[in-house]
Amino acid sequence: MGDLLNALAVAGKSALGFQAVFFALLAIGLNVHFGYTGLLNFGQIGFAMLGGFGIAISVTQWGLNFWVGVVVGLAAAVFLALLLGLPTLRLRADYLAIATIAAAEGLRLLFRSVSASPVTGGTRGLAGFNGAFISLAPWDTSRRYPILGTRWSGGELWVALVGWVLVALLCLLVWLLMRSPWGRVLKAIREDEDAVRALGKNVYLYKMQSLVLGGVMGALGGMVYVVATGAANPDQFQNANTFLAYTVLILGGSARVLGPVVGAVILLFVIQFADTGLRALIGNGVIPEGLLSATDVAQIRFVLVGLGLMLLLVFRPQGIFGDRREVMLDAR
Amino acid sequence: MPAENTPAGNTPAANTPSGAHAASLEKGGTHRAAPQRLAQAALRDVPWEVGVAKPDPVVVVENVTRTFGGLTAVSVDRLEIQRGGITGLIGPNGAGKTTLFNLLTGFDQPNTGTWSFDGRPLGKLAPHQVARLGVVRTFQLTKALSRLTVLQNMLLGAQGQKGESFLRALVPGSWRNQERANTDKAMDLLRRFKLDAKKDEFAGTLSGGQRKLLEMARALMSDPQVVMLDEPMAGVNPALTQSLLGHVKDLREEGMTVIFVEHDMDVVRDISDWVVVMAAGRVIAEGPPESISQNQAVVDAYLGAHHDAPLTVEEEDRVLAQAEAQIAAEEHGGGEVIGSDTTSTGKDGR
Repeated sequence: MGDLLNALAVAGKSALGFQAVFFALLAIGLNVHFGYTGLLNFGQIGFAMLGGFGIAISVTQWGLNFWVGVVVGLAAAVFLALLLGLPTLRLRADYLAIATIAAAEGLRLLFRSVSASPVTGGTRGLAGFNGAFISLAPWDTSRRYPILGTRWSGGELWVALVGWVLVALLCLLVWLLMRSPWGRVLKAIREDEDAVRALGKNVYLYKMQSLVLGGVMGALGGMVYVVATGAANPDQFQNANTFLAYTVLILGGSARVLGPVVGAVILLFVIQFADTGLRALIGNGVIPEGLLSATDVAQIRFVLVGLGLMLLLVFRPQGIFGDRREVMLDAR
Repeated sequence: MPAENTPAGNTPAANTPSGAHAASLEKGGTHRAAPQRLAQAALRDVPWEVGVAKPDPVVVVENVTRTFGGLTAVSVDRLEIQRGGITGLIGPNGAGKTTLFNLLTGFDQPNTGTWSFDGRPLGKLAPHQVARLGVVRTFQLTKALSRLTVLQNMLLGAQGQKGESFLRALVPGSWRNQERANTDKAMDLLRRFKLDAKKDEFAGTLSGGQRKLLEMARALMSDPQVVMLDEPMAGVNPALTQSLLGHVKDLREEGMTVIFVEHDMDVVRDISDWVVVMAAGRVIAEGPPESISQNQAVVDAYLGAHHDAPLTVEEEDRVLAQAEAQIAAEEHGGGEVIGSDTTSTGKDGR
């Protein structure tokens, strides 16, 4: 019983911590891209990496102010979006998918390469750039605070709080945009580009705006991540994270304002609960060591997540918040 | 040749359909027939020739060609569309009708040629720029935006919306009044097309015919000057066809120019003021609807030459004699004497 409570508490911390914020921000961006505009961005993590390294490089290498670093990171994400969008947004949707997945992986390999290490720190990455931000916390960041059965460091708490405020603001932004005529054009582009062109809308411009907006949200996610961990390392930004963010989006409900947020909280909770829970069960001998060892848990929890997602898609294809009527229209 | 202009026979025949559709217009009234007669009257003295100049052309196409590899999909030397009239574009499958539509609306670019709308050249314009000038189109395969509601579909058609710019979208106060006005306008149109009860349904749940209606209504939201309908009646049940026809005629009454592609000749005869026939990428005939069914080039294009002339005995003999003479000539040229049934193998052997 104590183990169960402990697993719940640890999972709860994970579901409210910076990692959930990270995935929520990535998924909010993907929601703008995929959920509303129908753009297939398979390289959202590339935007996050530029955001994170924007701060890291600006502060540690160039000696700039933390907030200037934030602006640099956002500008880099805008630049990447324009660079990817200019050639591909005139073409079929597949080309953006190809270009983004290649760009995200290419950027990561470039950042971890030996020739780039004077700037990016190579495989060791960069550290020590979040002091200016952590010191803004209104409480003592060197202490640990007990919350809901687990202990949070003051810094963790501060980053998570600012992160969730950011998530709330971006949700408000998405809500405002998607109820406006601008959002209506985006949704129409998702349904049929040519029809929208025939009605006098500049589809290319809208797709570009959407790509930039969602990319900037991804960059903010990357910033939260590196500030929370205090280090920026290219290998933190594996493209598997993009697909976890898609999982979050589909779990919560695509094209819903709060879908990505709820999806992120649930996914992180389930992963952490499965991890802690399984470890506890193995430790207690409930699961015999021969069947499953503690070292397998890291893999098994993703198998469980995959199974859960399959069940979700079978029984609730619209996700938690989605409108089943809307999803079933595709089948016609 | 289609040059035989018979204005005398034109007038009574043209008036019959106008009487028929006056009944289908719900509001009725004598003033409504006037603009239609205007276009018809203007076209009365126009000779029935391919590429003929119209008294008041709104769209002019010159030397437009479009090839896909070796295939010439469209090759139109000159085509003028009369303002305020309904022009039917017909032709067998693969005649290039839809390709011409795509070229006119910027969805495709031609290899050569120029075309203009209201004297303004349309070459090199993107589809949305063409639409903003007032030329809207519908599609052969209906493009209802499935996961938007019927009302949202309609609102999308409105032009010059302030709330469609990214920054203004964030300030609802800047677009709310315009949105309200657009909604009123959309509801008026939906009532006209009997879709008002469905305004909050997803467009994807509408039937095929209702989608056609929605697409037409959505195009009208932009107050177009030229409406291009690509097979508006395809796959629509006969009852709905009548109401669609009424709507198309209404557009003309409101002073719009309508160009439509259609395969149903009854529909074409009923509503068009002028018919353009395409085959193999070319315009092969032009004229008022009643001139078309008598046109030999059109009949040939649709049914093949000699489709309806039963062979008489004399003609059969003549054709046979011709063929025999040909075979004889061939045999003579080859210097061989073989049966006609082995001619081809004989050729291969040579």
